[in-house]
Amino acid sequence: MIGGLFIYNHKGEVLISRVYRDDIGRNAVDAFRVNVIHARQQVRSPVTNIARTSFFHVKRSNIWLAAVTKQNVNAAMVFEFLYKMCDVMTAYFGKISEENIKNNFVLIYELLDEILDFGYPQNSETGALKTFITQQGIKGQHQTKEEQSQITSQVTGQIGWRREGIKYRRNELFLDVLESVNLLMSPQGQVLSAHVSGRVVMKSYLSGMPECKFGMNDKIVIDKQGKAGTTDDPGKSGKQSIAIDDCTFHQCVRLSKFDSERSISFIPPDGEYELMRYRTTKDIILPFRVIPLVREVGRTKLEVKVVIKSNFKPSLLAQKIEVRIPTPLNTSGVQVICMKGKAKYKASENAIVWKIKRMAGMKESQISAEIELLPTNDKKKWARPPISMNFEVPFAPSGLKVRYLKVFESKLNYSDHDVIKWVRYIGRSGIYETRC
Amino acid sequence: MPAVSKGDGMRGLAVFISDIRNCKSKEAEIKRINKELANIRSKFKGDKALDGYSKKKYVCKLLFIFLLGHDIDFGHMEAVNLLSSNKYTEKQIGYLFISVLVNSNSELIRLINNAIKNDLSSRNPTFMCLALHCIANVGSREMAEAFAGEIPRILVAGDTMDSVKQSAALCLLRLYKTSPDLVLMGEWTSRVVHLLNDQHMGVVTAAISLITCLSQKNPDEFKTCVSLAVSRLSRIVSSASTDLQDYTYYFVPAPWLSCKLLRLLQCYPPPEDGAVKGRLVECLETILNKAQEPPKSKKVQHSNAKNAILFEAISLIIHYDSEPNLLVRACNQLGQFLQHRETNLRYLALESMCTLASSEFSHEAVKTHIETVINALKTERDVSVRQRAADLLYAMCDRSNAKQIVAEMLSYLETADYSIREEMVLKVAILAEKYAVDYSWYVDTILNLIRIAGDYVSEEVWYRVIQIVINRDDVQGYAAKTVFEALQAPACHENMVKVGGYILGEFGNLIAGDPRSSPLVQFNLLHSKFHLCSVPTRALLLSAYIKFINLFPETKSTIQEVLRSDSQIRNSDVELQQRAVEYLKLSSIASTDVLATVLEEMPPFPERESSILAKLKKKKGPGAVSVNELEEGKREGGELNGGGERGDSSAIAASNASTPSPSADLLGIRTGPPVAAAAASSAGSLLVDVFSEAGINDDGFLRDLEPPTESSESLLAEGPGDSDSAPPSAVSEDPAPLPESNELLNKFVCKNNGVLFENQLLQIGIKSEYRQNLGRMYLFYGNKTSVQFVNFTTTVTCPGELQSQLNVQTKLVEPLIEGGAQVQQVINIECLSEFTDAPLLNIKFRYGGALQNLTLKLPVTINKFFQPTEMASHDFFQRWKQLSLPQQEAQKIFKSNNAMDPEVLKAKLLGLGMALLENVDPNPENFVCAGVIQTKAQQVGSLLRLEPNTQAQMYRLTLRSSKDTVSKRLCELLAEQF
Repeated sequence: MIGGLFIYNHKGEVLISRVYRDDIGRNAVDAFRVNVIHARQQVRSPVTNIARTSFFHVKRSNIWLAAVTKQNVNAAMVFEFLYKMCDVMTAYFGKISEENIKNNFVLIYELLDEILDFGYPQNSETGALKTFITQQGIKGQHQTKEEQSQITSQVTGQIGWRREGIKYRRNELFLDVLESVNLLMSPQGQVLSAHVSGRVVMKSYLSGMPECKFGMNDKIVIDKQGKAGTTDDPGKSGKQSIAIDDCTFHQCVRLSKFDSERSISFIPPDGEYELMRYRTTKDIILPFRVIPLVREVGRTKLEVKVVIKSNFKPSLLAQKIEVRIPTPLNTSGVQVICMKGKAKYKASENAIVWKIKRMAGMKESQISAEIELLPTNDKKKWARPPISMNFEVPFAPSGLKVRYLKVFESKLNYSDHDVIKWVRYIGRSGIYETRC
Repeated sequence: MPAVSKGDGMRGLAVFISDIRNCKSKEAEIKRINKELANIRSKFKGDKALDGYSKKKYVCKLLFIFLLGHDIDFGHMEAVNLLSSNKYTEKQIGYLFISVLVNSNSELIRLINNAIKNDLSSRNPTFMCLALHCIANVGSREMAEAFAGEIPRILVAGDTMDSVKQSAALCLLRLYKTSPDLVLMGEWTSRVVHLLNDQHMGVVTAAISLITCLSQKNPDEFKTCVSLAVSRLSRIVSSASTDLQDYTYYFVPAPWLSCKLLRLLQCYPPPEDGAVKGRLVECLETILNKAQEPPKSKKVQHSNAKNAILFEAISLIIHYDSEPNLLVRACNQLGQFLQHRETNLRYLALESMCTLASSEFSHEAVKTHIETVINALKTERDVSVRQRAADLLYAMCDRSNAKQIVAEMLSYLETADYSIREEMVLKVAILAEKYAVDYSWYVDTILNLIRIAGDYVSEEVWYRVIQIVINRDDVQGYAAKTVFEALQAPACHENMVKVGGYILGEFGNLIAGDPRSSPLVQFNLLHSKFHLCSVPTRALLLSAYIKFINLFPETKSTIQEVLRSDSQIRNSDVELQQRAVEYLKLSSIASTDVLATVLEEMPPFPERESSILAKLKKKKGPGAVSVNELEEGKREGGELNGGGERGDSSAIAASNASTPSPSADLLGIRTGPPVAAAAASSAGSLLVDVFSEAGINDDGFLRDLEPPTESSESLLAEGPGDSDSAPPSAVSEDPAPLPESNELLNKFVCKNNGVLFENQLLQIGIKSEYRQNLGRMYLFYGNKTSVQFVNFTTTVTCPGELQSQLNVQTKLVEPLIEGGAQVQQVINIECLSEFTDAPLLNIKFRYGGALQNLTLKLPVTINKFFQPTEMASHDFFQRWKQLSLPQQEAQKIFKSNNAMDPEVLKAKLLGLGMALLENVDPNPENFVCAGVIQTKAQQVGSLLRLEPNTQAQMYRLTLRSSKDTVSKRLCELLAEQF
């Protein structure tokens, strides 16, 4: 179990230090600083073992969060907790920065007391936490005894993530399908590896204790239905369904039902939360194709031409497109010509960065650059790192479709039809690289 | 960084550095550096030429980035350009960059050397100094090759500035240290020595470092420096503190120079010239006098400088060891320091006194400080000082104060630091032995020692006690009594049990008269410790039990009961089980007479040097215990203890096939043959055979047992230490390689596998493979006898300069080779540069108790590192002509040893490793070969031509290669082959 938790700034000064167990001493704080933050070589492993003590760290901008333990804990659990901790802090005071942490000392200690008990993670649901840990002074004065007992029963009850008696004038829910595409492609256009990791995020403003059911074009479900009802065209359903490699759900989803019927049913928390996470590797729609052309002209010159092609419906618009073309380490000058957008040589990053604001589907654009090199006496050849890309497209590259989201509330008198539902798809680039 | 003065400051650099320092994170720093690097690259690439100032600025930035830990792979050219600038600051930055970043980059080195040469020949002293500093800072072999000839000239030239001379001397010193073979002083020697007379003190200080280093290598050439150094020293010592102005440091005139002069004098024996000697003695006296004067300043620097000279003078006095008066004065001076407040001073005083104590003149004087030293040992807070105090006590000990010192050391041992305990134990043991007048005192001391610090008492110490007790009749009874009493303690150390077991087993009868220590009581006492002991000790105890049966027949049944118990007779340890079985049989079958003969009292040990002393020597390294002390120890030990020595290595009974355990054995029924190998199998297994047949044929047993009794006496009289702990005292010199080893070497010039060596005992096979400059050799040691070899060790040494030419690594080999077995050893060889000698393989092992020691040459010859090169006819002759310098060629005309069969010749030449080139020589009879020798340092191309003359049965062999040594060596090797 977690023995202690420390938060450092970029200089290695301790901002927050909370020790849960006796086996973690003050010197652990220094050990992490000396061996990881100020290490001579950059420490790349998120887990460091120093003198039989394990340090698990994550970094958010310039802030280091480190969980410390002397026991053999489940590392995945510790990291899950650290991410949750980041989420909670973001939900309370926005961006995690030194400034914000310093301004919220008391709050953070209060949170740490609540979400970790003797090193065991507790309820870290933001919605539930916000009911009794607030930033606006002490709520107890305004709270009645009833409200307090309600909180207790909710937090300790079966449905810890939702309190009773919520009422909205308009029952509304928003569903976002957020995906990130990862790709590594050879110069010839062969896909070396590709996968999509996606999240379904839901924002619900529903009254009472509604029971929801979520349906999507999961291949297993579609096939089962296809078999049951012979009326469906099997060829068509096969095309539109997707194979999900693995998925995880929010704690509100009834897993037993998912296991037996593969149906996703749940009582949603109030407000924003992540319903599920999934990953697919088959039949991915790659929104962009990058075609690189690198020619070395003698020892002192390099010609680079990169063509990007958008590969989706012409009616859709991709946004925030950025192509990053690495340059050799001995670059002494760069001339760039591009048809669309803006391109610039960024010396500090050793790359040419080409930005395009918007681009419709089935289009093509091109950039060409002349790189002058300084002859060096080093025999090392340039390693030619891959060209990477960033973008945002308004569809799901995995092909996932939301088929339905039904809401049942038996006690209150509103039906599925009265709920206003919004669905949005956003596909972003993860690590989207093409070798050159 | 250069001084940032107003007109000269590099603003860009200052801004860049402050940017870097203000970076919030590592990433930000890397970004800033990348940006700067791109900027510098574009500036260097730019079309318009940069002026000196900006070049300097950018090179400076690169240097700063490099020092931050980033790789720099450009800008070297610009730095070299800066060298030819006329501005001091630009030149300086150029040199700075070169000395920090230069690697032996072929094209640039030439340019750099050129620039340095220009500066050296310029008349500008600052430029010359910069160039000299650069040479010294780089200090590579290339630099030495280029400038080793020039610098001595600058050093002794009459018109060189003083500051340049200083730099030149130190630069030369540096080059001499890196590559002594390139710095040839020959003609400059006398002029360098006369630099000691230079007006300028700085020059003298620099030159004296050089001279000290040079004179350590060839003392004779620099002998003249002694008188000059003495006169210089006397001038400094006698000068008033104000005379030397710049070179007076806190009222002490030229302390560094004085120390260096005194150190230089320590390289030589006392001057023979009376006048010089007188002057020197006067100087030393003055220094000692000055130490008595009240300090001129309270500053610590003043006393430090003064004491530095004093200590250096004292070590010179000790080094000369011929002036009783001075030695005593030095000792008294040090005595004052013993109680000084400063810890460092106390440490130094104790250390110097240690060496003083070994001088016959000052030994008595040192002894007067005994109380202080003992006090230091007890109360000193610093552990290193306590250690010195212990050393000094050891050094000053003689017969008069031995009892006091040993008692003090013993009492200190209880509280001593763990790190020095073992050493202390050894010292106490040696002192107790060396100065023992009364043996009961000796036995008491050692038993006390084991009681107090048993864990630190090494085997040697208790072996020694037993040796002495056995050799001295008068202490045996006392020893038995004391041991018996010591064993009564509820918890006693295992070493105590060992001593107890041995002594009671031998001399238990001497105290058996007392009812309190009756035989059965003795036995029960020993056996109560049995189960707490390790296997070797248990084995020893079992031997003690069988001796008890001999000494006290009344204990026989009890002991037999013990031996018969399952925990003994079915013990999982082979050694214990065997002893139990054998002793049980021996006690039940053999008659009392036989038993008495077999288990007769140990004969006295032959004399030998104390093994403890050797152990201490090994522990402290050769320098720590001076040689004469060792000899003294040996002498006294001999006189006093009347042969308290362990069996000589060859006399110590050997192991035999039936008892292969290496554990310490006092009475193991070992019937190992003394030396004669042939008799081994018949005589060796006698007793064992006897036991196996005993049950069937009693008569046979007795009959068979008779003959070996003579030998068994000596066999059983095995030293308590057993032969396995190969006594380091027998540090025998490795014998010279076998006479035939050169022939053996020649056998392997053209082949890689075969039998390297064979005699009646041992066969050594060899398999080797080579790739480029690396080789791997498998040695197979085959034991041709049926008896095992123990302590089998092999060492590979590279004699002389071979050490720097070949890198040989050996894997350890099993120390035990069973009869008829074979073990393998892997040797990795790396050829660093060309070589002529072969590495020596030294093999040591014990066979039947006799130490076998042989040295062979490993068949590693230069041609093993050949890489064959194919080339066409005209290529060959073109290269042949290129290597036409007389020293590059080696030729030999010799008579053929074998039939001149061209096929055999071909096979041999191919085995040599070169490529045999067909259709190259116009005469088809002739053979030509080409190959490249791969060493780590370089590649040496070699060409060979062999012209046989069938009529005259003669060959003419011609070798040409780019290195003369290689040609010569190859020619020598090959001439033996045909």
